[in-house]
Amino acid sequence: MSKVHISTTVNGEAVEFLADTRDSLLDSLRDSLGLTGTKEGCGTGDCGACSVVVDGTLVCSCLMLGVEAQGKQIETIEGMANGDALHPLQRKFIEHAALQCGFCTPGILVASKALLEKNPDPSEEEVRYWLAGNLCRCTGYDKIIRAVMDAAEEMRGAA
Amino acid sequence: MVTVNLWSGLRRFTDGELAIQVEAQTIGDMLEALVGKYPGLGPIFDDGISVAIDGDVMPADMSKSISSENEIFLLQQMKGG
Amino acid sequence: MAKDTNTSDFRYIGTRPARPDGLDKVTGRARYGADIAAANMLHAAVVRSPHAHARIVKIDTSKAEALDGVKAIVTRADFPTGLTGEDWDLQENTMAGERALYDGHAVAAIAATSPHIARDAVKLIEVEYEILPHVIDVDDAMAEGAPVIREGAANKTVPEGMHPNVVKYIEFGHGDVEDGFAKADLVMERHYKTEATHQGYIEPHACMGQLGADGKGEMWVCTQGHWYIRRMCAAVLGLDTAQLRVTASEIGGGFGGKTTIFMEPLALALSRKSGGRPVKLVMSRSEVLRATGPTASASMDVKIGMTKDGMLTAGVANFRMQGGAFPGSPVDMALYCAFAPYQVPALQHIGYDVLANRPKCAAYRAPGSPMGAFAVESLIDEMATELGLDPMEVRIKNSSKSGDKSSYGPKFGVIGLEETLAATKAHPNMSIPLGPNQGRGIAAGYWFNHGGETSVSVALSEDGTVQVSVGTPDIGGSRASMALMAAETLGIPYENVRVNIAETGSLGVNEPTHGSRATFASGKAMHGALTQAINEMCRRAAGKWKIDPEAVEWRDGAAVPAGPNAGQFPPMTIQEIARKMKNTGGPISGHHESVPDGVGDSFGAHVVDVEVDPETGHTKILRYLVVQDAGRAIHPSYVEGQYQGGAVQGIGWALNEEYVYDNMGRLQNPIFLDYRVPVASDLPMIDTVIVEVPNPGHPFGVRGVGETGITPPLPAIANAVAAATGVRIRHLPITPTKLLAAIKAK
Repeated sequence: MSKVHISTTVNGEAVEFLADTRDSLLDSLRDSLGLTGTKEGCGTGDCGACSVVVDGTLVCSCLMLGVEAQGKQIETIEGMANGDALHPLQRKFIEHAALQCGFCTPGILVASKALLEKNPDPSEEEVRYWLAGNLCRCTGYDKIIRAVMDAAEEMRGAA
Repeated sequence: MVTVNLWSGLRRFTDGELAIQVEAQTIGDMLEALVGKYPGLGPIFDDGISVAIDGDVMPADMSKSISSENEIFLLQQMKGG
Repeated sequence: MAKDTNTSDFRYIGTRPARPDGLDKVTGRARYGADIAAANMLHAAVVRSPHAHARIVKIDTSKAEALDGVKAIVTRADFPTGLTGEDWDLQENTMAGERALYDGHAVAAIAATSPHIARDAVKLIEVEYEILPHVIDVDDAMAEGAPVIREGAANKTVPEGMHPNVVKYIEFGHGDVEDGFAKADLVMERHYKTEATHQGYIEPHACMGQLGADGKGEMWVCTQGHWYIRRMCAAVLGLDTAQLRVTASEIGGGFGGKTTIFMEPLALALSRKSGGRPVKLVMSRSEVLRATGPTASASMDVKIGMTKDGMLTAGVANFRMQGGAFPGSPVDMALYCAFAPYQVPALQHIGYDVLANRPKCAAYRAPGSPMGAFAVESLIDEMATELGLDPMEVRIKNSSKSGDKSSYGPKFGVIGLEETLAATKAHPNMSIPLGPNQGRGIAAGYWFNHGGETSVSVALSEDGTVQVSVGTPDIGGSRASMALMAAETLGIPYENVRVNIAETGSLGVNEPTHGSRATFASGKAMHGALTQAINEMCRRAAGKWKIDPEAVEWRDGAAVPAGPNAGQFPPMTIQEIARKMKNTGGPISGHHESVPDGVGDSFGAHVVDVEVDPETGHTKILRYLVVQDAGRAIHPSYVEGQYQGGAVQGIGWALNEEYVYDNMGRLQNPIFLDYRVPVASDLPMIDTVIVEVPNPGHPFGVRGVGETGITPPLPAIANAVAAATGVRIRHLPITPTKLLAAIKAK
């Protein structure tokens, strides 16, 4: 079986890779492009550790095929900071100790960023329901929610 | 002479005794003396035990000194998660 | 001389700086178990039994071998024989021998040039099974006629006449329980059950192993303890331990489940068979749930005597736990912890460790303690309610204090239960008014914590910054705590310390990050190592000043004369000493190895308010409070994090999580959709109070904090549900269907 040549844009950069037709987008990002920041926690779309944004929509990359990346705009955790300048969410996560093992963190950061771009002033309940698709087993979510709300406030102030 | 407290499940190896006196300067000597007195304890100790000296619970440290002043308890070996 | 450190006047300890690995973890740069690749690497997949109990008649690998891209296949025949005891258990669990013992038990493994080919090859391996009767439930497994999992597995503690599935027996206690019950105004006996749950770390097990024909190997693995992985792999494969070098990756959660091996030897065995190519092996989520180590399920009977004023007079606990097809359920620790918060004049504990056709259990955060607390704290609450007594007052009246005899025999050292209960009682959450269908539950909990083998090194860099090498992987922010303690000890800025998790070739044996021991044990050893380095730095200054080393002290990052008589010399800073060290005697470092004593226990108390929907049986958590004694919170944010994380795992265990088996003994819910752990929308904020009753056994007063927090939620929630509905659920989890049925039956 031969692989398919894929051209796509990841974090603003044009990239190419070969996809086995059975590779998920997650497999392609991690194994073909070496972008291991996005994680596999379950492979069934239940944990959100593989969250990326594709053409502006938050998706579980384990539920998409690598070949579907053709011609898309994909955003992963590796593109969240601007060089040395961390995104406010990234800064607030460190400040609030909103991570313990850090494995769910890339997915939660990508998902939170997608939320704040859609709704810059979410209530605690809205943040919790938006992030209900991102499992965290270490923190109990408390500090994560605080970090997201604090980042939202800072971003509203700066806007 | 030190007094060693065993758990009640070991009674059948020690003729019913649970507070046993042995002559020992270290934990290693103490365990050896206990097995010498009651050989049935041998396999139990081989499986691993913790020793509580004055409330401080640790896996058995054979060279640690003990005296008649210490409260000594033997417990099943403990681990965490 | 090093600074005397057991004071409460700290410059760095107790602050909340950014953790050293924070940048790596929020940018996706940090590398976990599966985030590795090597030249010429192969990918592995595992063939697993679909049967709970079956004789393996034949394994035909020929079709898989013929598949293009398959480079190696291993079965049990590729492993050495002659192992005994725990090593035999580990080998048997890694790869089945004559029989598959649980649904998911590994029977063969394949390495191929791509993960897809490896998985295709799994389907081509033909295994002929002879299905045998199986047993799942712990009480069923002990009963006459139950299928025998393994003859002769019982150790010498088990009395004559028990079913062969009973492999360990424990009995301990004190006082005269019959006399105690006679003195009670109320005696109650109840039966409780808890189901197996999984630690549920989001990162599946993953490793890359490489093993040459010369017996030298390398492994990269996500683990809580790479020395354990090294020793166990060496034992299972017949290797020399020091010839295998193991590096711990970052770890995406463990909670006890990553303190042991499950599939790591398979990667090494496949590597050797393929001619020494690196082999990457990553478990799928369903493999993690089916074939790694959940905690034990428990069947418990508890009987308690109480006076009408709420004083406990006697207690009897009979616990049966299954830890899968191998010995190792935490029934002994469950019993040790069960009554630990209380002073009871007469206690009798009996426990059985039982085999069943289920995966080999692993430690899960305070192993055994949550189950025992569920039983004892539920019963105490029920009795307090029956007698019309305040449940908090009953806890306080009977609570253990420093120096009291513990329920498991030895006397307690300095403990903080009294202070913890007082802080809980005084908390505003205790007086928030409740509405209809709402109830409040409280419970106390306990974990011993652990010391264990520890080896730490520190070294001075040429510019005066300091590196610390520890062997305890950083699961939840412990690098920050190490750096804070090092900064405090040396009197240098937090940012001038770099903490590295060293690989097995760099330090002596280290026990895993388990037993809530990292901050305590690695911290205490680091303090010893730093003291050695400080003494050497003082000696270098003394040499320069031509005075006695005893006349030199260390203060605020510099060597200073100890008093006016020692001489008038300006402080010699760590930078200065470092710059000159190659000419004053060479490298400056410190080492410390020990099995530290002075471990400090941690007590906690939780308060939870729930609202139960009488139409659906759904329980909503309205409010949750964790109060726990940390001894000394080195980095308070990460201590709070442990409290909150433990509480939420307990909430999941109490309300929803359980292993569900069909009548063929196959796990029905091996994915996160059906094994549903708490999500953000299930929960409120988790309030925390850090109580500090310093542990005299640690230079900074540290007590382990990671585990106690999972113990009180199980009974606290059961008690809250009882307060809200009048219904007592004694078999976890308290699912909506179960609760609704119980409410309707009332």
